[in-house]
Amino acid sequence: MATPVIEAKNLSKLFPVKGGFLGRSQGVVRAVDDVSFAIAPGQTLGLVGESGCGKTTTAKIVLGLEEPTGGIMRFEGQDLQSLDGAGRRHYRKSVQAVFQDPFASLNPRMRVGAIIAEPLVTNEKLTSGEVRKRILHLLELVGLPERAAELFPHEFSGGQRQRIAIARSLALSPRLVVLDEPVSALDVSIRAQILNLLRDLQAQLGLSYLFIAHDLAAVAHMSHHIAVMYLGRIVESGEAAGLSQAPQHPYTQALFSAALPSHPDERREEIIVAGEVPSPLKPPAGCRFHPRCPHAMPRCSTEVPTLRPQQSRLVACHLFD
Amino acid sequence: MHYVTARGTRITRAVDEVSFSMESGETLGIVGESGSGKTTLALSLLRLLPTAARFAGGEIRFEGDDLLTKSDREMRAIRGKRIAMILQDPMASLNPLFTVGDQVAEPLRVHEHASRPSAWSRARELLRAVRIPAPEARVREYPHQMSGGMRQRIVGAIGISCEPRLLIADEPTTSLDLTIQAQYLNLLRELQKAHGLALIFITHNLGIVAKMCDRVAVMYAGRMVESGPVKQIFDKPAHPYTRALLESIPRMGDSRQRLTAIDGQPPDLARLPSGCSFAPRCPDVVDRCRAEAPPDVVVAPSHAARCWLAAPRADSASR
Repeated sequence: MATPVIEAKNLSKLFPVKGGFLGRSQGVVRAVDDVSFAIAPGQTLGLVGESGCGKTTTAKIVLGLEEPTGGIMRFEGQDLQSLDGAGRRHYRKSVQAVFQDPFASLNPRMRVGAIIAEPLVTNEKLTSGEVRKRILHLLELVGLPERAAELFPHEFSGGQRQRIAIARSLALSPRLVVLDEPVSALDVSIRAQILNLLRDLQAQLGLSYLFIAHDLAAVAHMSHHIAVMYLGRIVESGEAAGLSQAPQHPYTQALFSAALPSHPDERREEIIVAGEVPSPLKPPAGCRFHPRCPHAMPRCSTEVPTLRPQQSRLVACHLFD
Repeated sequence: MHYVTARGTRITRAVDEVSFSMESGETLGIVGESGSGKTTLALSLLRLLPTAARFAGGEIRFEGDDLLTKSDREMRAIRGKRIAMILQDPMASLNPLFTVGDQVAEPLRVHEHASRPSAWSRARELLRAVRIPAPEARVREYPHQMSGGMRQRIVGAIGISCEPRLLIADEPTTSLDLTIQAQYLNLLRELQKAHGLALIFITHNLGIVAKMCDRVAVMYAGRMVESGPVKQIFDKPAHPYTRALLESIPRMGDSRQRLTAIDGQPPDLARLPSGCSFAPRCPDVVDRCRAEAPPDVVVAPSHAARCWLAAPRADSASR
């Protein structure tokens, strides 16, 4: 395998929780706990899990918006900790993001051309003519007309705004784009346009994606690999088609069985897990899923399962030991 | 039914020539994108439209009575008692200053003039019915002390408190996580069975329709472009919009490299194209579509599509 664009090894992020009298420490939230993954050039890693599972914190660490408390992050084989200032700058340029809500992520007082050019102007020394050329090229890449550069975001629909956000994320020719729910704020009939565009851009530019979404079918469609998180830990990861069709970890099974059918005749076995995701402040001992797990055994409440290879996949569950 | 929203000098036909009927115990899905008029349609069933909106015609018959001829006072007796509604965001539907028990008991106190102790004991039963653990303690708590899934179940408990005949759920699970959504949908189905409710699901999610509904109505630009039994619509959609919508969603286990996207944007209701509203985006468009609005064509028993190209299906016509 080629050197991964990004590689995380045993990544963790703890947030101390302060409160009460004099703000004494009340414990820590293990938002991300011992998480490892790698994304190869031109590939997509889909990150799924319910709210509070740590996928957004993972994305923030990848974007350099949060410092990990532990573990190693490598970018193109280089440890991020060892990078000097120029290396850090190069890293920040190479990793970009597209967010969920294109109504919130675009400044309403800037023209589209200026929005797309902002990363160029702040990061590269270009003449205004060169900037202009790059803007037009980027607009063309995302399928917007040239005149869009002169307009303001409010003159565009949701799908077109997401195209603008994508153009901005591509301005610095990144290697990796973090896509945080890129289509869930869009109309159903527009989503396919954006998903197709993202796939075309990946093929054309060799981009890697970290794709975060709730819609499991969309993740399965977009991703080469999928990692499933539960309360800060990866419980299962593997090749997308295999994992989505034959999940092995009880949580992954429950999650995929809860996905909505695409046809009324599609009746999959429903595994309704009881209860809700526990508070990350007091995660259950042992396997974090054991209080909701239909297959829980005595050792699940005491021993933390580790990710082990299981049929071309990694699963963290005592059932497979 | 059709009605018009007036804003300044512009007139928007938010819902136009929409007809449907449903029976008790039945689930109808109303699907459409934002701005397709699906929420306006739901609100008009309860006559809860903004003051600028006017009904321009049509009627809404509920258990035989036309709701449009009712006085405001009569409508108040219907809302929450015989027709109830569940909205998308439970935090916005619940009052943060009152306990959950107060809020679940309120419809009983108002509509059935129940005494406080009896309304509260009924509230505890309702919380148990929607699977809130430890209902005796939870009735005294406030909405902020509960999770999103629990709040939405409380809204559900309020919805069924007076045993309505019709429950309208407007995107009830959009704010919930997947496993919680599955729990909630199953709960709604059980409540429906237990009470013989008629259920209207308003959603943009075809997966919810596939899972929950008996019949579906597809809205586009304020009109119902296709309606019929869920299975028929998924198997043999007659309207190009329905077909395109079904093809554009990613499916688990399909190996397509590209999704079939629908070009263009949904139209602005204040500037609808003449003829068929979907014509500018339609892959099968013919000249006639741009000139004249298509009629409702019955393609099979209880399956209709508003399209010039829709024709009664041979297999149903020969019968």
